[in-house]
Amino acid sequence: MKNRILNTKIKSGLIYSLLCVGIMVLITNCDPDETQTVAQFNNLSWHDEFEVDGAPNSAMWTYDIGIGDNGWGNNELQYYTSRPENVVVEDGMLKITAIQESFEGSGYTSARLLTKGLFEQQYGRFEARMKLPYGKGMWPAFWLLGSNIDEVSWPFCGEIDVMENGGSNPTIVSGAVHGPGYSGGNPIKKEYAFENSRADEFHIYGIEWGPSYINFYVDDVLYNQITPESLDAKDVDRSNWVFDNGPFYMLINLAVGGNFDGNPNADTVFPQTMYVDYVRVFSAN
Amino acid sequence: MKNIKLKHWRTALAIFGLMVITISCERGFSDDVELATFNPNGEIFTDIPIGLNDSVFISFDPATGANVEGFDVDNDVAFEGSSSIRIDVPTPNDPEGGYIGGIFKDRGAGRDLTGYDALTFWAKGSTTATVGTFGFGTDFAENKYAVEINDVELSTTWKKIIIPIPDPSKLVQEKGMFLFAAGTQSTNGVGFTFWMDEMRFEKLGTLGQPRPAILGGQDQTAQINIGTSLPLSNLTQTYNLPNGLDVTTSCTPAYFDFETSNPFVASVDEGGVVTVDGPGEIDPETGLVDNTSVITGYMGGVLASGSLTVQSVDIDVISIFSDLYANVPVDNYNGFYFDGFQTTLGGAIEENGNNIIDYTEMNFVAIEFYGREGSGVPPVDASDMTQLHIDIRVNETVDPSDFFRIELFNNFTTGNQVAGSFTISGSELLSNEWVEFDIPLSSFAGLSAQDALGAFIFVTDGTIANVSLDNIYFFNEN
Repeated sequence: MKNRILNTKIKSGLIYSLLCVGIMVLITNCDPDETQTVAQFNNLSWHDEFEVDGAPNSAMWTYDIGIGDNGWGNNELQYYTSRPENVVVEDGMLKITAIQESFEGSGYTSARLLTKGLFEQQYGRFEARMKLPYGKGMWPAFWLLGSNIDEVSWPFCGEIDVMENGGSNPTIVSGAVHGPGYSGGNPIKKEYAFENSRADEFHIYGIEWGPSYINFYVDDVLYNQITPESLDAKDVDRSNWVFDNGPFYMLINLAVGGNFDGNPNADTVFPQTMYVDYVRVFSAN
Repeated sequence: MKNIKLKHWRTALAIFGLMVITISCERGFSDDVELATFNPNGEIFTDIPIGLNDSVFISFDPATGANVEGFDVDNDVAFEGSSSIRIDVPTPNDPEGGYIGGIFKDRGAGRDLTGYDALTFWAKGSTTATVGTFGFGTDFAENKYAVEINDVELSTTWKKIIIPIPDPSKLVQEKGMFLFAAGTQSTNGVGFTFWMDEMRFEKLGTLGQPRPAILGGQDQTAQINIGTSLPLSNLTQTYNLPNGLDVTTSCTPAYFDFETSNPFVASVDEGGVVTVDGPGEIDPETGLVDNTSVITGYMGGVLASGSLTVQSVDIDVISIFSDLYANVPVDNYNGFYFDGFQTTLGGAIEENGNNIIDYTEMNFVAIEFYGREGSGVPPVDASDMTQLHIDIRVNETVDPSDFFRIELFNNFTTGNQVAGSFTISGSELLSNEWVEFDIPLSSFAGLSAQDALGAFIFVTDGTIANVSLDNIYFFNEN
C-alpha cells in the first residue's frame, strides 16, 4: 500500500515535471538537449560538466589502477591506468578509451574513475549523459558503491549499478543492485531495451534513490523500481536491504572482457571510447 | 483526482502546442526552392504488392539462364496476414532456366526513401539453403544506387532480414525496390522454395557504427601510366545491427564522394574511376616532382577505410598480367607440363578484388603466349621494351638459399628459339609480403632477341612451393 502511494506520487510528479521540462526546452533551445526529469531531488549537490580540457579534475575524481584481484573480481582483461591515452577531458566530454595493447602483462588498457573520499552522498538523483562504445567484450558502467566498503566489505556495503551495457547488445542496457544474498551473478537487475535508438548514441542514465526505494531511468523513462520488497523474489530477508545505511560514492569505467559480456572477438573494433557529457548529482531540498 | 490530472494535461498540452508554434526554430524554404515530391511510401509487399510494376517480378535475362517461372504469391503461407511471396529455386538442369533472380520495380516515378534506414523483410526456406543475393537499388536502367548482401542463410522458421541503406540521403527518387538471385549452390543442386513477407523500407533507428570502405579497406599503392584509368573496386558499407552483429553491403560508387589529394597527378570521377592525368608538379619546398596522389572516399561524411596511392609514371607497357594495364592475349597462366614432371598447381585467381596469379606445390611453371596448339595468340614483340616488371609474394617462410628463376623465351618452340634467364635469390624475397622487381631485359643472359617473346618459365625446384605473382609487364621508361 505504501508502495502504491509512492508510485502514484512519483508518477504524477514525473508527468508534471516532464511537461515543464518539455516546455522549457522548446522555449529556450532550438536543439533540445535530452534533459532528465527531477522528481524530488532538485538541489544540484555535485556535478562535473567536463568543460576543462586535460586530465579530469583531481578534486572530483580519483582512479583505480591496475588489474585488481582476478580482473577486478570479474575476469576482466584490461589494465586500468590514468594515462591521457585512456582517460582525458576534451570537446566538453570525459573520454574513457579502451586500447588493445600490451601493457604490464595485460592485453588491453582502459580507465576507471571514482569519487571515493571526494564526494559521497546518501540518497538523491545520480545521472550521467553518456554515449557508450560498441562491440563484443565492451563493458561500460556507471555505478555506486557504499562508502563503508572498507569496513564492512562488498557486497555488505551495497552496490547500485545505474547503467551497465554489454557491447554485443547495442540496444540493451541494465540497472541493478547488489547486496548480501543478491550479488555477483545474482543481482536484482532489469534490462531496458531501446526501441529505435542504440546505446552508442547519447542517452541519460539515472537513478532516484530515497529511503527504501531506488528508481531507474533511461532518458525520461522510469523502467524499474527496486525496494526492500524486491528482495523477496531472491528469498533474501528484507533486513539485507543495505541502501539506507549511509552515503555511496560513484564510479565510471570501461572494462574489457570478463563475466558480463564475455571477451572481445575478432570483430571487436579497437580502440573504443565511452563518452560522458556530464555527471550530475541532486539532493533533496 | 483523475479529473484534475486530466485537466492539467490539457492545459499543459495547450501551452506546449502554443510554444511550439510560436517559438520553435524557423527554418523555412525560400520561394525559389521547388521541393521534390516523390512518393515516400516504404511498403513493397504486405499481403499484396504495393505500388510495384504490373508484373511485380522482372526477371534477369533468360538468356543468362534465369528461370522466369518460379515467382508466385502464395496464399497459404504468410508471416503476417494471408499471403507471401514464394520463390521456387530451380535445379541447374531445369530447361526453363537454372537459377532465379530479378527485381521489383516501383510503378511510378520512383520513391523518396530518405526517411528510412533499411530494407527489411521476413524470409523462410523449405530448407536451410543460402540465397546468393538480396538487395535493392537495381532498376534495370542506371542501377545507380545498387546495394547487395550476399550468401544469406535461410532458416526453416521466419527470420527478419535487414539490408541497411548505405546512405539514405542519396535515395530521393529510387525505383529499384528489391533484388534477389538464388541458385542451388548451397543445396548440391537440389531445388528448394523460400518465402518472403512484410517487405518494406523501414526507419529502424537501431543501426549504428557506419564504416564505409573502398578497395576492401586496404591501402593500396600503384604506379600507373599517364592516361590510364582504373575503377575503384570493392566498395562497401558496414553497419552494426541491433543484435550486435555487423552486416556489410556492397554498393555502387554513387554512394561515395571521392577525392584526389593531387589533381595534377590523378582525378577521380563520381563513378569511382581514377584517371592518371599527368606527371605532377614540382614541389616548391623540395624542388622535386611530386608525382603522388592519394585517392580517398567518403560516405555520408564518414571517411572510408582504404585508399589508393597513385604514382604517375610515363612508360610504354606491354602487359602480360596486371589490373593496371590492358593485358595482351595469352595462352595460359599455367602451361601444366605434367608429362614434363611439373608438380605446380594454380593459376590466375581473384584475391580481395585484385587479380593475382597463385601457384602451389611449385617446382616449375610456364606462362605461354606464343599460340599454343594453334590458338592464334601472337608472340610479343618487345623490341622497344627495356625492362620486365614483376611482383612476387612468397606464401611461406623464405630462406636465403631459396631461389626464383625467370626464364624468358623468344620464338618459343620454334627452330629459332633463344632463351635467357635471371635468378632472384631468397634473400631478395619476403615471406607473405609483396616485393616489386624491375629487371633490365639485358640482364637475361642469353636472350639475344626479343621480337617474338612467347613464354616465361618460372623455376624454383621446390625451394619455394607456394608463391603469388602480379603485375607482370614489359616496359620502357620514356
